[in-house]
Amino acid sequence: MTSASFLPRDRLQALFDRLREQGYRCVGPRVRDGTVIYDDLTDAANLPVGIGARQAPGSYRLTHEGHSRCFAWANGPQALKPLLFAPRESLWRAVRHDDGRMRFEPTAQQSRQLAVVGVRACDLAALTLQDAHFAADIADAGYASRRGGLLLIGVDCTHPADTCFCASTGDGPGIGSGADIALSELESGFLVRPNSAAGALLCDALPLRDASDDELYTAAAELESARSKQHRRLPGRNLRDALFANLDHPRWNDVAGRCLSCGNCVAVCPTCFCSTEREEAAFDGSESTRVRLWDSCFSAEHSYLHGRLLRPDTRTRYRQWLTHKLGGWHDQYGRSGCVGCGRCITWCPVGIDISAEAAAICGETVEPGEARGTREGS
Amino acid sequence: MKAAAGAPREAQVLSRTDETADMFTLHLRLTDARARAAYRFTPGQFNMLYLPGIGGVPISIASDPDRRETLDHTIRAVGRVTRVLAQLRAGDSVGLRGPYGRGWPMHDAEGQDLVVVTGGLGCAPVVAAIGYVVARRERFGRLAILQGVKHSADLIWRERYDAWARLPDTRVRLAADKPDHHWGDHIGLVTDLLDEVQLRPDRTVALVCGPEPMMLAAAGRLARLNVPETRIWVSLERGFQCGVGHCGHCQLGPYFVCRDGPVFRWADVGWLLGTRGF
Repeated sequence: MTSASFLPRDRLQALFDRLREQGYRCVGPRVRDGTVIYDDLTDAANLPVGIGARQAPGSYRLTHEGHSRCFAWANGPQALKPLLFAPRESLWRAVRHDDGRMRFEPTAQQSRQLAVVGVRACDLAALTLQDAHFAADIADAGYASRRGGLLLIGVDCTHPADTCFCASTGDGPGIGSGADIALSELESGFLVRPNSAAGALLCDALPLRDASDDELYTAAAELESARSKQHRRLPGRNLRDALFANLDHPRWNDVAGRCLSCGNCVAVCPTCFCSTEREEAAFDGSESTRVRLWDSCFSAEHSYLHGRLLRPDTRTRYRQWLTHKLGGWHDQYGRSGCVGCGRCITWCPVGIDISAEAAAICGETVEPGEARGTREGS
Repeated sequence: MKAAAGAPREAQVLSRTDETADMFTLHLRLTDARARAAYRFTPGQFNMLYLPGIGGVPISIASDPDRRETLDHTIRAVGRVTRVLAQLRAGDSVGLRGPYGRGWPMHDAEGQDLVVVTGGLGCAPVVAAIGYVVARRERFGRLAILQGVKHSADLIWRERYDAWARLPDTRVRLAADKPDHHWGDHIGLVTDLLDEVQLRPDRTVALVCGPEPMMLAAAGRLARLNVPETRIWVSLERGFQCGVGHCGHCQLGPYFVCRDGPVFRWADVGWLLGTRGF
C-alpha cells in the first residue's frame, strides 16, 4: 500500500470540482427508485449520506441510519458494467443505394473521459474480467473507447450485505490495485491513496493532509470487521472440475424447480457478457442499424440452433450459467467469473443463493452463519 | 488472418449455382480491392453473411483458399436469412464479415492419410477440405471419403464423388440408411464404413462433420480402430452471432466455438458432446 493522505469530510466537494475542471464527466452513487445506483454526480451533497442497504436473498431495502457517511452501504443492482458494456449499443449502419450497392459505417462514438466515484472492490475485479473479454486480443470498439477514458475512484467496503462473499473469492472488501485512487471512509473524512499517474495528478490538486496513525489503524480495523461479517462463501476458488464431474447431480433439478429463468441474476452480474444483435431498419428499407443488446443464457433464444433449442429447460440453462461462471471461466480467463458481489442472490426473486447451489453440487454444504473467510480452493 | 470485430464489408454476387431445390452456392467477391487482396482463410473457417434489415448468418467458405477470384458459400434455404440469400442474383450485394474461427488442420495433415467422414446434407465445411486435398493430391497420403445420408435421394454432388473416386490412392464410399432400389453402395450407417477402409491409425487424420450424434458415433468407432483422439477433428456449430467470442451464444465448456473452433480435436470436445444442454 502506498502512503495515505487524509481528506476532511467537509472538503469532499473539492474532489468533484477538480474532476470537472480536469474535463471528466463524473458518475457516482445516487439514491434512485429505492436503490443506490450510479449516475451523473457533481455535488457531494447528492451522495447517499446516512443511507444503508439491508439485503437478503430476494430482498433489498434502503435504510436511513442517521450518520454522516456516504458509502456505508453494499452495492446496489448496478455495477460498472453498464458504463462500459452498454446495455444497448449501435454497432454499424448499413445504407442501401438505389443500384443495390451497400455501404457500412461503424457507429461507435468517441466517448468523453469518465470518472466513477465510489467503485467497490468486487466491481474492480469484475472490470478486470470484462477487460479480458472485451478489450484483449479482438477488442470491442465501443468498450475499448469508453475504457480508455475511465478514471476509477474506489472506496473500501465497510458495510457488506448479508449476501456479500467477496472475501471468499479474494476480491474484496478492500480496494486493491485496480483503482486510480483508493478511498477509505472514516467518520471525519477519507483516507486517500493514489495508485496511478492520473490518480496522483488529481490528488495533488486536493486539500489533503497526512493521515494519522490512528486514522490508518481505524480504517484497517473497519475493513477487517467487514471481512469477518461475511458469512457466505463459495466452497473453493476453482470449482471447474467439481462442476463438470457433476453434470447429472440431482441438485440441478432441484434448483430448476425454484428458478424462474427470469435472467435477473445475469442482468445484475458484473461479469456476465452475453449479448444479442438486432436489426432496426428504416421504414423505406434504405437504411438499417445493427444494434447489440444484453442477452441472457436463461432465455430460450440464447441456445437456438437450426430450429431447435440446445437448452430447452431451466435445468440446462441454470447449469449452463453456473458451469460457465464457476467452471469454464477458469479455462477462458484464468479464474472464476464470480467476484462475490452477491447481487445474483439479492436480486433473485426467489432468493437462489449461488454459494449454496455450488456447495450442494460440488459436494459440500455450507449453512448460513456456519463459516466465513478466505479458504483457498481445491 | 486475424478477424476483426466491426462492420461488414460489401461483397457482390458474381454468380450463383443452384445445387438442389433448396441449396445454392453464392460466388462472392469483396468490392474493396484492398480488402480482397488482404483476405486469407483456411478451409473450415466461416464468414458472417449479412443483409440489412434482415440479419446475419454464419456460412463456411467452400472455395479454395488459393483461388482468389471468389469466395464461395454453399447455403441451404432453411431460415429467415438464408431464404432471402436464396433470392440473390448476380450483381446483388451482401455484407460480409470474416473469416472467423479455426479451420481444419490442413497444414499438419500434409503427408498423412486422411479419412473424411460426413453425414447429412451438403456438409460444406468438409467439402472445402476435400477440395483442398484433391487440388494438392500429391501432398497427402491415402484419402478415404465416407459420406452418409438418410435417404439415398438426399445425396447431392454425386458427380463430385465419382470424380474423387477416380483419383489415385483415393476411396469413396457412400452409405444410405433408407436406400432406393438404384442404390449401389452401403446400406446402413456411414460409421460402418470405417471398418471397411484400411486405416493406418498412427498416420491417419480424421475430419468429421455432420450431426453431433453421427460425429459421436464416428469418433467412437475411430477410437476403437486405434486412431488417437488428437488425430480426430470435428466441426461444430452453435448460434454464432458476433464471430469473435464476445456474444456468448457459442460458449461450450472451456470454449467459444466461433473463436476456438469451429474445428476442434475430439480429445478437446468429446467429453462435452452428447451431454444434453451443451
